[in-house]
Parts: sequence; C-alpha cells; structure tokens
Amino acid sequence: MKMVVVVVVVVMMMVMVSEASMIEQTCKETPDFNLCVSLLDSDPRGSSADTSGLALILVDKIKGLATKTLKEINGLYKKRPELRQALYECSRRYKTILNADVPEAIEAISKGVPKFGEDGVIDAGVEAAVCEGEFKGKSPLTSLTKSMQKISNVTRAIVRMLL
Amino acid sequence: MAISDALLPISARKEDPLLSDESRSDPNAETRRRKRPVKGFFAVSFGLLFIAFYVALIATHDGSRRSNDVKIEDDETATTSSPARLAGVSEKSNDQLWKLSGERNTVAFAWNNSVLSWQRTAFHFQPEQNWMNDPNGPLFYKGWYHFFYQYNPNAAVWGDIVWGHAVSKDLIHWVHLPIAMVADQWYDANGVWTGSATFLDDGSIVMLYTGSTDKSVQVQNLAYPEDLNDPLLLKWVKYSGNPVLVPPPGILPKDFRDPTTAWKTSDGKWRITIGSKINKTGISLVYDTTDFKTYEKHDTLLHKVPNTGMWECVDFYPVSKTAVNGLDTSVNGPDVKHIVKASMDDTRFDHYAVGTYFDSNGTWIPDDPTVDVGMSASLRYDYGKFYASKTFYDQNKGRRILWSWIGESDSEAADVQKGWSSLQGIPRTVVLDTKTGKNLVQWPVEEIESLRLNSKQFDIEVGPGSVVPVDVDSAAQLDIEAEFEIKKESLDKILGDASVVAEAEEFSCQKSGGSTVRGALGPFGFSVLADKSLSEQTPIYFYVAKGKDSKLKTFFCTDTSRSTFANDVVKPIYGSSVPVLKGEKLTMRILVDHSIVEGFAQGGRTCITSRVYPTKAIYGAAKLFVFNNAIDATVTASFKVWQMNSAFIHPYYEEAVRALSRT
Repeated sequence: MKMVVVVVVVVMMMVMVSEASMIEQTCKETPDFNLCVSLLDSDPRGSSADTSGLALILVDKIKGLATKTLKEINGLYKKRPELRQALYECSRRYKTILNADVPEAIEAISKGVPKFGEDGVIDAGVEAAVCEGEFKGKSPLTSLTKSMQKISNVTRAIVRMLL
Repeated sequence: MAISDALLPISARKEDPLLSDESRSDPNAETRRRKRPVKGFFAVSFGLLFIAFYVALIATHDGSRRSNDVKIEDDETATTSSPARLAGVSEKSNDQLWKLSGERNTVAFAWNNSVLSWQRTAFHFQPEQNWMNDPNGPLFYKGWYHFFYQYNPNAAVWGDIVWGHAVSKDLIHWVHLPIAMVADQWYDANGVWTGSATFLDDGSIVMLYTGSTDKSVQVQNLAYPEDLNDPLLLKWVKYSGNPVLVPPPGILPKDFRDPTTAWKTSDGKWRITIGSKINKTGISLVYDTTDFKTYEKHDTLLHKVPNTGMWECVDFYPVSKTAVNGLDTSVNGPDVKHIVKASMDDTRFDHYAVGTYFDSNGTWIPDDPTVDVGMSASLRYDYGKFYASKTFYDQNKGRRILWSWIGESDSEAADVQKGWSSLQGIPRTVVLDTKTGKNLVQWPVEEIESLRLNSKQFDIEVGPGSVVPVDVDSAAQLDIEAEFEIKKESLDKILGDASVVAEAEEFSCQKSGGSTVRGALGPFGFSVLADKSLSEQTPIYFYVAKGKDSKLKTFFCTDTSRSTFANDVVKPIYGSSVPVLKGEKLTMRILVDHSIVEGFAQGGRTCITSRVYPTKAIYGAAKLFVFNNAIDATVTASFKVWQMNSAFIHPYYEEAVRALSRT
C-alpha cells in the first residue's frame, strides 16, 4: 500500500512538471520569467491555456492591479490631500487602463488581431509610469506602478508571440 | 507490460498468496488472501492508468503548444537578409518612459482641453470623434470619391469595428455619411474588417471584406451597393451566401484577412490575393473567380518571404515603366511592372517591392530579392507613422492613389480625453520613379493646392550653425516647397579634405543622434511647430554624408525627440536615405497640419509622416525656422510657404452634400 502511494506521488509530480513546462516555455521568452510564472501558475486557467489564453490571463491581472491601484488612489485623497493634483491625474490614467486598454486588449487578443492588444498592454505600462512621474520622486504608489510596468512588459512579450 | 512491472509496489509482488508464509498464521488470512489479488489488480491498473494519463498529458501539451504553428509545407529556407521584425517594433515602450521619469524627475504634462483641441487637424481626413484605423474600399463613382474606414463608434481605442463612410468631389473636402456596414451577421458579428472594391465590366461595384465571425474566425464576405443609382452609395447589401471564402487548409482561422481589389486574368477571370502566414513566413494566397461568389484557390502563392510574419493589407497593382499616369488594376503588358505591398504585423511598417507578375500562374517575383517585401532593407512607402495603406485606381483622372492610416503616438489617456484617435494621410499619387526604375514616387494629390491661401517666397543663405526664423504669421497649417543647395565651395572643400571622415555607411537617421549632431554637410532643413525659443521643435532635414570614394549619400530625416515637453508621447527620429541623381538639387516639401507633419524629399522618393504634440508651440506660439547645423558648410535655401485653409470636413446633412455637388 505504501508503495502504491509512493508511485502515485511520483507520477503526480511528473504530471505537474510536464504541466508547468508550457507556462515555463512561454515565460522564458519574456523579460521577467519569475513574475510571469508566478502570475500564470497562480491562475487555475493557466495550466490548460494556449498562448492566447495565457495572454488573456495576464490582461486580467492588469485589470485587477488597476482596480486595486484605483482603490488605493481613492483612499489617498483623504490621507494625503496635498497630493490631490497628482492623484487626480493618476486616477485619470488608471481609469484609462481599465476602460480603454483592458477592453481593447481582450477584444483584440480574442479576435486574432493581437497588434491592437499589444498597443493596449503597452499603454497600461505608459499610464502607470506617467502616474508615478506625477509625484516628482515622492510617490506613495511606487510599488503598484512598478508592478504594472513589469506586468505590462511581460504581457507584451506574450502578445507579440501571437503576431 | 514491462513498465508496469517495474512500477508495481514491491510488496505487491511479494504478496503472492501461494508463497507467503505470514498468511497461514494470520487470523485475517482469509480476508488478506482475498484482498491480495484485488490489491495487486488495483496497483497494476492504477500504475497503468497513471502512465497512460502522463503520456496523454505530454501528448496534448505538445499539441497545444504547436496549435499556433502549423507545420504544413514548412519550406522556409534560411535567409541571409535580416527581417525587419524587431527593429522599430511598436515605438511605444514604457522603458523609454521609465528613463524619463527617473532622469528628469519632472512632472508629466497634464493635458488640458486647450492643448488637446489644438491637435485636431484642419485638412486631414478624420471622423468627428472616436477611433479610426485602416482605409477600406476607396473608389470613384458617379462624380464622387468614396472613402470607407475602420471605425469604432463607441470609443477612442480600437474595438467594435464597423465601416465608416465619407464622400468628396476632390479627395480633400469631405462630407461624413452614415455608417455603411455594421456587424449584424454571424459572419461579421465580431468585426466588419478591411476590404477592397472592384468595378465589374458593367460598371457595377463589388466589395470584398473580411468578417470576424461569431466564433472569431476570419472569413471573406461579399457586399454591394443596394442602389447603384445613388451616387452617394449610402446603403450596402451583404450577399446572402456569405462567407464566400473561409480559411483554407493549412491556414489558421486568425491569419486570413484583407482581400485586395480584383484584376482580370488573360482568360477573363477575376483574381484576388489575400495575405496570411505559415509559421513566420509571410505569404499571399491567390484565388480566381468569375462571379465573386465561388472561388478556385491556387496551389501556388503570389509570393512569400520567410521571417516577415503576418502580411496584413496586401496590395497588388501595376505601374507604368514609362508614363506618369496610374494604371487600372487589370492592366498588364511589357511596359508594366507590378508592385507587391504588405503591412507587416510584427513591425507596423508597410513595405513594397517592384517586380514582375506572371499571369499564367498568378505568381510574382521581385526585381531585387535582397530587398524583398518585408525585409528590413526593403522599401517603405513612408519612414514614419504610416500603416495599413491601400491604393485604388482613380478612373476619373487616371491616377493611382494611396491612402494610409496614421495612428497616434500619444497615450490612450490623452486620446480618451480628447475624444478621438487617428488620421488618414493626405491621399498621394503613386507612380514608378522612371528615373531610377527601382522605387515608387508619391506626391500629395494636386487638389490639396486648392487650400493654399497667401504665400511668401524666401531666398536665403544659411551659414553653418545658424537658425533663422521664417516670418509667416501662423505656422500650424502650412505647405512648404523648398530647394536646398550646398555651396560649391563648401562641397569642394569637404570632399577634398581627407580628414573629414566618410560616414555614409554608418549613418542612419534613427541612430545618429538627431538634428543636434553636427556633420560636415548637414543637417539642414526646417524646424516646424517650434516655439520662438525653440524649446519645442520638430526639425525635418537633409543630412548629406560623405561616403567612401568621395561619393555623397543623402538622408532625409524627421526628429521628433524635442517636439514636445510631454513625456507620455513617443518621440522617434524617423528617416531613410534618398536617391539624389546627378544634377538634381535637394528638394523638400512639407505639409504641416497641427499634430501631423508630412515630409517629402526629392519629389516623393522618400516620405516621412510624423505625429507631434507640442504643449507650447501651439496656436499663435507655433513658429517656423530654417536651420543649418553643419559645422562648416553654407547652404542656400529657396522656398515658398503657403498658409493652408481648412478643408471644413462636414457631418452629413443635405446642405453639405449640395454644397459639395456644386463645386
């Protein structure tokens, strides 16, 4: 019986290793392998997705991060009223990510014209960088904006595989 | 079977009821004896099952990985010329922005409505609002030029695509018409995409366009005007038997789009070509038809080039070797060459090549295979922002006219804020350069000259290292025609001076530092959309480089790197070399229209379109300068500058149409 369990565990590990290799193979071609793998592994759809599916998972991560960042921005209005101007501009930029970039990327990737998806994904990184720049080096959002830029770079690399 | 034995738990192998001693003295011997074979059976079957599962998993993963690569007729041969794949890949990059945010630590320019509304053009085609991309089905019919375009009625980014429509008498003054086609059938539910028009022998029109079906498969559909007596062609009917073409075997469902205008073959059939790809080889498929409803696919391709990726918006047309007029798409003969053009999905560049078409089998070969379509060194209509271009034969004036989508180079936040995105370039005539025989020559249609208001002529000598303001009042809507000449003494001195290093082989507009880098014989040209302190400016210039053996090589560049303080804008330096033949002066034409600048060198041998978004050099603060940044050489500039009127592009209403009909 013990041996059966051992065999089962060994085979399951082998199965897991082969499942990860599609994600690993794809992530190897992106600028941030570890980030890419962690994002895709953490999503239940990742294990069975094709390249297009992987790209859409990452666009979803961009959407989630943008939502989270907007919440943070909204919270900061009260805590840091002196940053109101910059926060307003950031809010505008992140709303663009949610309302323009993400829908554009989802539609383009799903319909097989990935170049528009690439534009949307790149722009998400641009908007995050612009928002960060608004604070003249004293940003309360740095880890969030940096994160967006990194995810944008990784997603772009995967979208380019679809061209 | 051998495998399963190896994976069987050892105890199972040992638990042979006939061999085991333990079982006889065990009180549960009876049960154990019965369980042992069952256990053994389960162990074996589980083992087999897991192996089968594991093997199946590997097999399907291989399959899914390869689902995007079809390995059919994979005869890609190694090519020594490098593809244009990653060079200049979508200029937008947040890497550039990171550097800016870090280095300058300046606050991003916050766009306000005054600055944004200045960006809207006065005489370039654009819808009243929202997003536009590819030109579609341009044609001339019953006195009107028709223009259709990819349009998003709902947002200032790509999506929900339908066919916008507008008409003009002169390719410059437009009236917007109602949407021509929407995504209302299963075969175009996910998008009414790019297509082209063909005139039939009886003068009627058929339109072939790509539909993205409800399952996101790319198919080709047929449509035609509902009423051929309506010169405005307001309503269109889709053929009930659509789609007329679906992706053929070996072609993926998302690699099949943008059918061309058809041309007549020598046996009276119609022939079209559609771009696609197989792995990373860009290809163009060929189909013959007599009725546009049923087609025969050729086994051979019109052409293919390895490592160029997906070919979008393929265009195929004849050009005369001797005459300056355009040719109907069906023309063929000894005095004719054929152009194959494709928009490269990987790089967003439009490339073309001149070659020979063989009607008997529907194939084409380039005159110079080292600059084949899509290769990095191959010719481009335009070295700036210019994509998805399409020509049509204008039977009204016997010209071939080129349209092109000019996208934005700013952030989508700015596009959303200003409410629109993208322009069309000014339509250009296209002919073969009869002097070189190797490239096309483009020129803004002559009708644009009807917008010229007052003009001023200037003849000045511009010394080395000088910038001269050009007094022309308002400088956001201009047409400039200029001639430059490097003074003979300067030229002789430099050519004779051995210490002046030959740099022609290394120089490129993109990599040689822009207009501030001073050379022996350049850069010199104009600085447009500049404020009076030149804190923002867009130089458009010639750079003449000395080559080995004292030959000169001329480059034509546009430097947008200092065009704006805004840092959410892409600011590349564009350009290419331009052939200058013996005895020719250096000539340049520039159209300035707010946020778009179009430059033409040597009568249109090399063209550059750029998008610029100044924050200061706008409205009355926009100025024009002529400059010469050469170290030693003096240049004479002789030029004329016209103020340009607006084209007053109208939304659709009766009066507007009637007013245009009167002209």
